[in-house]
Amino acid sequence: MLESLGGQIFNGLVSGAFYAMLSLGLAIIFGLLRIVNFAHGTMYMLGAFVAYVGAQSLGLNFWVALIASPIVVAIVGIILERLLLCRLYKLDVLYNLLLTFGITLFIEDAMRLKFGMQGSPYVIPGKLEGVVNLGFMIYPTYRVFVIVASLIVCIATWLLIEKTSLGATLRAATENPGLVRAFGINVPALITGVFGFGCALAAFAGVLAAPVNNVAPLMGDDIIIPTFAVVVIGGMGSILGSIVTGFVVGVVVALGAFFYPPISGTLIYILMAFVLLVKPTGLFGSVEGSR
Amino acid sequence: MPETLLSVRNLQAWYDESQALFGVDLDVREGEVVTLVGRNGVGKTTTLKSIMGMIPGVKGSIALRGTPILGLSSHRIARLGIGVVPEERGIFSGLTVRENLMLPPVIAEGGWSLERIHQLFPILDERRNSIGTKLSGGEQQMLAIARILRSGARLVLMDEPTEGLAPVIVNAIRDLVLDMKRDGITVLLVEQNLRFATKVSDRHYLMVHGKIVETLSNEEVVHREGELLAHLGV
Repeated sequence: MLESLGGQIFNGLVSGAFYAMLSLGLAIIFGLLRIVNFAHGTMYMLGAFVAYVGAQSLGLNFWVALIASPIVVAIVGIILERLLLCRLYKLDVLYNLLLTFGITLFIEDAMRLKFGMQGSPYVIPGKLEGVVNLGFMIYPTYRVFVIVASLIVCIATWLLIEKTSLGATLRAATENPGLVRAFGINVPALITGVFGFGCALAAFAGVLAAPVNNVAPLMGDDIIIPTFAVVVIGGMGSILGSIVTGFVVGVVVALGAFFYPPISGTLIYILMAFVLLVKPTGLFGSVEGSR
Repeated sequence: MPETLLSVRNLQAWYDESQALFGVDLDVREGEVVTLVGRNGVGKTTTLKSIMGMIPGVKGSIALRGTPILGLSSHRIARLGIGVVPEERGIFSGLTVRENLMLPPVIAEGGWSLERIHQLFPILDERRNSIGTKLSGGEQQMLAIARILRSGARLVLMDEPTEGLAPVIVNAIRDLVLDMKRDGITVLLVEQNLRFATKVSDRHYLMVHGKIVETLSNEEVVHREGELLAHLGV
């Protein structure tokens, strides 16, 4: 019983790792651009596909894909931001939500035409095959790697934003972009960079997910809605909120599934409704952050 | 006579359908401190924002050392050596005192060193890890000015730096502006406090309804103080 409960908690941490990385990207993008990026799940899917196609046609191994795929997807994100999104910044946020939803439908259908609905398997890299003995239980090595890699990326991103001068510039631009620009900082370039970085984070999560799930055109759809719930629970635009809430929600949902399986699919939304009732700005959010 | 650093001609600006500036003409010479005085809402802040490229759709001409800058984006204008100390100070609530101080990039050589800033305002060093907006109003104003001086800007646009501050702080800001002047920094100041303005400025432009209507010397401001105060409604 205890070992299966431990296993379930670790499964929750794996789901949480994906929620955390995806909601982190969403939070960074929302914080600076005030865009609810519906296409974030598509970037996650593209990340997995770049790794898959790279492996099939170029023999790209997992470790190279972990670096190359976020770069490729960041470039896709930057092109989308410069070509389409930047034209709508002065309009209501709903327009960009609709645009990113349209981008999602377009890219997903294009991928479906090319690769079909059926997912394709992506092999676990050799060094991460098998299981590891954690002392209190045995758990697949690759899944432990996912948790650790996600934690490293999340903490590094948090440090970048909270503890560096680039991060201070980002936070200032979130608060008053006009004044930051009047100090001589190229805020539009910063916005483009941040959008690209957010997309790269999603792609990184996509590559990590490739050996866990099948690589499929609609894989982003399955995760983006719960990820939005995580962002709302953590607090719109809150970096720390996204990371902590991502892991906590992953574990809570896994435990829900363990003790009462019928509730597992809806638990995250019950949690979101409860948090919104008690603290409408989210657990880590502020009124300024959600404005 | 020093050469003209900033030249503004027939400046017109709008907020949506409503026109705010109706042809502003002004010159600021190298090393001068010049004040824009006028009632609230006559377009003083709009003039500063227009110079800084912060308002879209501005017409007329603005030249810095003879080079047209109207139409450039505001980060490019800043890189030409213009710094801004905005209305209500513009201290960022998500940044510490040190982060606020270090935020503007160095845009030209000759900016004030951190040592010099901390010597003048030890509080900015003592409370470097506090959130910027936790400082008192006067300390925030010092921070807002100090961060621009660190950037090396040679022309500083200051919007009501003494607003809402105690007399002792106003005197400290007066000394600071005089220090800047001694360093050869040119200042275009928006100010309602005429006593402060006459102590730091070389001359004054009186603005009415989005236009400059008169240029005044310090002596004229002192001589006509009662009339001007009644006009300003302060």
